[in-house]
Amino acid sequence: MAGYSDLKYAASDAVCGLVQPFTPEIFADSCGRFVDGFWVTLELLILSCAIGLGIALASALARVSGNVLLAPVSYAYTYVFRGTPLLVQLWIFYFGLGGLGEEALGPVLWAFFADAWAVGLLVLTLNTGAYVSEILRGGIVNVARGQMEAAEAIGMSWFLAMRRIILPQAFKICWPAYGNEVVLLAKGSALISTITVMDLMGQTRTIFARSYNLEIYLYAAVLYLAITGTITVLFKLVERRLSTA
Amino acid sequence: MEDPSGLALLGFGPEGWGDELLRGAWVTLQLALCALGVGLALGLLLAGAKLQRFPPLAWLAEGYTGFIRGTPEFLVLLLVYFGSEAALQSGFAMFGLAAPFEMPKFLAAVLGLALIFAAYACEVFRGAYLAVPSGQMEAATACGMSGRQAFSRIRMPQIWRFAIPGLGNLWMVMLKDTSLAAVIALDELLRMAKIGSETTREPLVFFLAAGALYLMMTAISDIARDRLERRARRGMESA
Repeated sequence: MAGYSDLKYAASDAVCGLVQPFTPEIFADSCGRFVDGFWVTLELLILSCAIGLGIALASALARVSGNVLLAPVSYAYTYVFRGTPLLVQLWIFYFGLGGLGEEALGPVLWAFFADAWAVGLLVLTLNTGAYVSEILRGGIVNVARGQMEAAEAIGMSWFLAMRRIILPQAFKICWPAYGNEVVLLAKGSALISTITVMDLMGQTRTIFARSYNLEIYLYAAVLYLAITGTITVLFKLVERRLSTA
Repeated sequence: MEDPSGLALLGFGPEGWGDELLRGAWVTLQLALCALGVGLALGLLLAGAKLQRFPPLAWLAEGYTGFIRGTPEFLVLLLVYFGSEAALQSGFAMFGLAAPFEMPKFLAAVLGLALIFAAYACEVFRGAYLAVPSGQMEAATACGMSGRQAFSRIRMPQIWRFAIPGLGNLWMVMLKDTSLAAVIALDELLRMAKIGSETTREPLVFFLAAGALYLMMTAISDIARDRLERRARRGMESA
């Protein structure tokens, strides 16, 4: 991983050196911090999106499978995570579970809960997993029921029919809603700064606490807008491909 | 006397924190309801700005909603909190009043949440406005209604019907977003739980209790939203 962080530092130096002549002094002074935070936010976003999608898929399938054990578990998971604020979830995991102490948690869990970044990633992942699970379920339910029956009638197993017939159509239906959820996740990720993670928001708050200059928040807003704007454009591009395919 | 621990912490009276938490939940509800009122009004104004024919005003409204929808709620709240304080201070300074002014936290939180709510609500209103077929308005005019009559009797009642599902979702989102006010130290539910956890060093009990109270509030909202939707749909064919 050393090579990766060296690469990040080099990239951040290069970006800051490049923009320095064109940006106001107050931004140029804290450019390194902004860029560092930007990377952390981006990494967390990509990781939680990818892992969260896997959890969401498993949870949505468990729910529509009608399995007497799995379906209620999936329902409870999505209900609790969608019914409580992300900030509360973060604090339950980091301060609550993490506050139980080394003795109660054991060495492995203790090492995990002492790492704010890891806890933040876990909570963001579980949170987005719950929302995306609900979106996916909606998509699956909206694919005509007759298709599953037809697939099973020609001898496909439930899983095979899901994979080949239902899910591809469900993904297409869900795509715009999923794009919205990714934007919400990117915005929500700012809350991990409250559990000491130095993401873009964490760095911004640190810079602000030193200078007490409101412009700092506006620069952060521009950077967040760049992230959310890029997500929106990417999703729109893929959507266009999906609708012509 | 022994200090209470575990669930006993959540009891009522001087030893327990139950009453403090409930008082926090009450502040949370007040906060959400106030922001809902202001947010609905602002949302209608923004929708009006987008639907009228003077382009610069519509661009302004588009720019505003674009900004809010792409910026973290947390950032908007902090910007409003610190920004309004600075703006008021410089406003006072213009009149020669140098007294250090502190923005009331409740007011800042209401304003921040309402500004966010309005940006999403205006899209819901606009969609609902456009969902009313224009033929109905033409028919109303043909019957001899004035433009204002047709708007208040034909368009407006249906806008509410179309808007209620979307607004219900936004209410749930905002109810949860009130928790962000804990970061600017407003004594709402999450902040009370934080104070309790710091005093007793039992963070898990307190944050779980706060989570349960939030879950209760969203669950009740969910049921209320369902009823309201059914009421708004009454007399319409079911899909």
